Amino acid sequence: MSDANARQQPSVSLLYNPRVRGFLYQAVLVAIVGFLAYEAVVNASTNMRARGIPTDFSFWDRVASFDINQTLIEYSAASTYGRAFFVGLLNTLLVAAVGVVLATFLGFFVGVARLSHNYVVQKLATIYVEVMRNTPLLLQLLFIYNAVLTPLPNPRNSISLGAGVFINNRGLVLPDPQFAPGAIWVLVAAIAGLLLAVAFRFYAHRDQEKTGRSYPVVWIGIGLVLGLPALVYLALGEPVTFAAPVLRGFNFQGGVRVLPEFVALVLGLVLYTAAFIAEIVRAGIRSVSHGQTEAAMALGLSRQQTLKLVVTPQAMRVIIPPLTNQYLALTKNSSLAVFIGYPDLVQVFAGTVLNQTGAAVQVIAITMSVYLVISLVTAAIMNSYNRRKALVER
Amino acid sequence: MKAIAAVLLTAVALGAAVTGAQAQSGSKTLEQVKQKGFLTCGTNTGLAGFGLPDDKGNWTGLDVDFCRGVAAAIFGDGTKVKFIPLSAKDRFTALQSGEIDVLARNGTWTQSREAELGLLWAGVNYYDGQGFMVRKKLNVSSALELSGASICVQQGTTTELNMADFFRTKSMKYEAVAFQNIDEAVKAYDSGRCDAYTTDASGLYSSRLKLVNPDEHMVLPEIISKEPLGPAVRQGDDQWFNIVRWTHYAMINAEELGITKANVDEQVKTANPEIKRFLGVEGDFGKGLGLPKEWAFRIIKAVGNYGEAFNRNVGDGSPLKIKRGLNALWSQGGIQYAPSVR
Repeated sequence: MSDANARQQPSVSLLYNPRVRGFLYQAVLVAIVGFLAYEAVVNASTNMRARGIPTDFSFWDRVASFDINQTLIEYSAASTYGRAFFVGLLNTLLVAAVGVVLATFLGFFVGVARLSHNYVVQKLATIYVEVMRNTPLLLQLLFIYNAVLTPLPNPRNSISLGAGVFINNRGLVLPDPQFAPGAIWVLVAAIAGLLLAVAFRFYAHRDQEKTGRSYPVVWIGIGLVLGLPALVYLALGEPVTFAAPVLRGFNFQGGVRVLPEFVALVLGLVLYTAAFIAEIVRAGIRSVSHGQTEAAMALGLSRQQTLKLVVTPQAMRVIIPPLTNQYLALTKNSSLAVFIGYPDLVQVFAGTVLNQTGAAVQVIAITMSVYLVISLVTAAIMNSYNRRKALVER
Repeated sequence: MKAIAAVLLTAVALGAAVTGAQAQSGSKTLEQVKQKGFLTCGTNTGLAGFGLPDDKGNWTGLDVDFCRGVAAAIFGDGTKVKFIPLSAKDRFTALQSGEIDVLARNGTWTQSREAELGLLWAGVNYYDGQGFMVRKKLNVSSALELSGASICVQQGTTTELNMADFFRTKSMKYEAVAFQNIDEAVKAYDSGRCDAYTTDASGLYSSRLKLVNPDEHMVLPEIISKEPLGPAVRQGDDQWFNIVRWTHYAMINAEELGITKANVDEQVKTANPEIKRFLGVEGDFGKGLGLPKEWAFRIIKAVGNYGEAFNRNVGDGSPLKIKRGLNALWSQGGIQYAPSVR
């Protein structure tokens, strides 16, 4: 029975109505999937209960009684498993945020280098991209961890980089900033500088639209963001001082310490992801036809202006969507931290907490949802940026 | 239409299978093991003396021998074991999910692991305690001098928790560097990332052998915890629990009765009624376990008594040279003690 027949005879029984049938099939499929999901949940929880495995989330508020060596928020062995979750989550977000920023810079740099007319620069960039893209990330991480760690001296023989900065196989030790009462104003000045810089950018943009005058936006912006707090800092008599770390016992006391595991993980993720980003950037720039450059030149734009005003905006349209994928990949790859002992979400929560509580299903479900949420939020931000940059079609 | 019918049928069949699995969950582990034809034993990924594959790929160790004993009791053949190496983090999940039949992976017996993880410890085949290993050149002679130290540890262990308790009690600061596997933790310690490495004392001696220069390292005298290590099984299968538990007791009883791997064939002809019962010459003590009456004979024939297994794997007969200490028989000053077979 074909559709044509159905259309000619609208009085045909409901059973043979293609729309009704289509709806029916969909409903049946949904019911089957729903049934299977329901069965799986019931089956799992029944079996878990039968074996005495916890099925609830009561472990969340219990005392964790283990320690973590990098905590961005207050945490001790007396804190709860829930607190440990947030410690791990923040450590993951820290790696992801630092990694995404650095990978973007390095990726753009290498991507442009791949298109360079300088033979050496271009070949070096090519070798870098091919080596990093075509070896497993885990191997690179282990290599970097051991390469970063092994040659460094122990704390008693630390390498001093001057100004209270030391480096040893326990990580990078930086001076600890000490805030005097006036210090808050330096922060206020920094924020004010940032706001002013943004406001100036808007003004400059609008003024250029109207009059065609262009301003050195970048330099003025940097001047505002750095200069304003510097002026306040000097005017208030240097309210922020730095306490140099002191070598006592096994390691430096005081100071801020950057773990070698963190360095190795960020370095590994950045080097790996930047190779992919470089290729995306190269493809993006290549996608802008050479005619555009020639036209811009013919209009009298300089090389820099051509790149900034003509090529880059068009290349970005091609670059942003795959770039988003790389950001997501970097975030998810950060879970390889577990192999080099960096306390990220997987290591702390899906590792130690899972093992101590035995709540495997709950812990893994929470961990997966967290990565899902992080990825969806990143994608949402990048998509909205993409919409702003996308070609407006009329 | 046919395709849709097929999809529907498959879906219903799948649903039935899921429901079926649910109803079947109470079935006996012993039956499953017999059906498979081998025992699946969760073991260490590599801890000399307890569970480690040798250069020919054969598993050796005290825990490994224990699993061989269980297999021998069931099949009369100690080689019918499949060893699944597990990290500390994965071991309990593997047991809970039924991936392994017994977990003999120097796991510490604690209240929460039985009450909350749904497991049961069948006995203690090694009484241990947690210690610290440091480099000799640090000139540290006591764990109390470790304030401010970085300490490598395997994550998801009682070790990680004991260490936190110890430093909290003594109000000392430290940095815990946690790794997923023993090997990674030991390697990080060896490369200088940590000042100390901590685990059960037996594990320290065994890990020390793997270091680049074992002689440059020493184990500190303090033992900061009780670590009764032993084989564990899932809750809900009492018969299986009994088989595993009595395999352990059989090995201890054999040592007490003077039955060894070498003389077990002779001992069958003995006049001693206790030995006769034990080896199944008189009476049938295997029946209640679901095993043949010579179950204990098979265990000893395959792996020897507890003392033999201890000496061969961790004691004087091994590179570890660990003293019997607490693990001597109760009659010889230790606390290894087993109820009688009768």
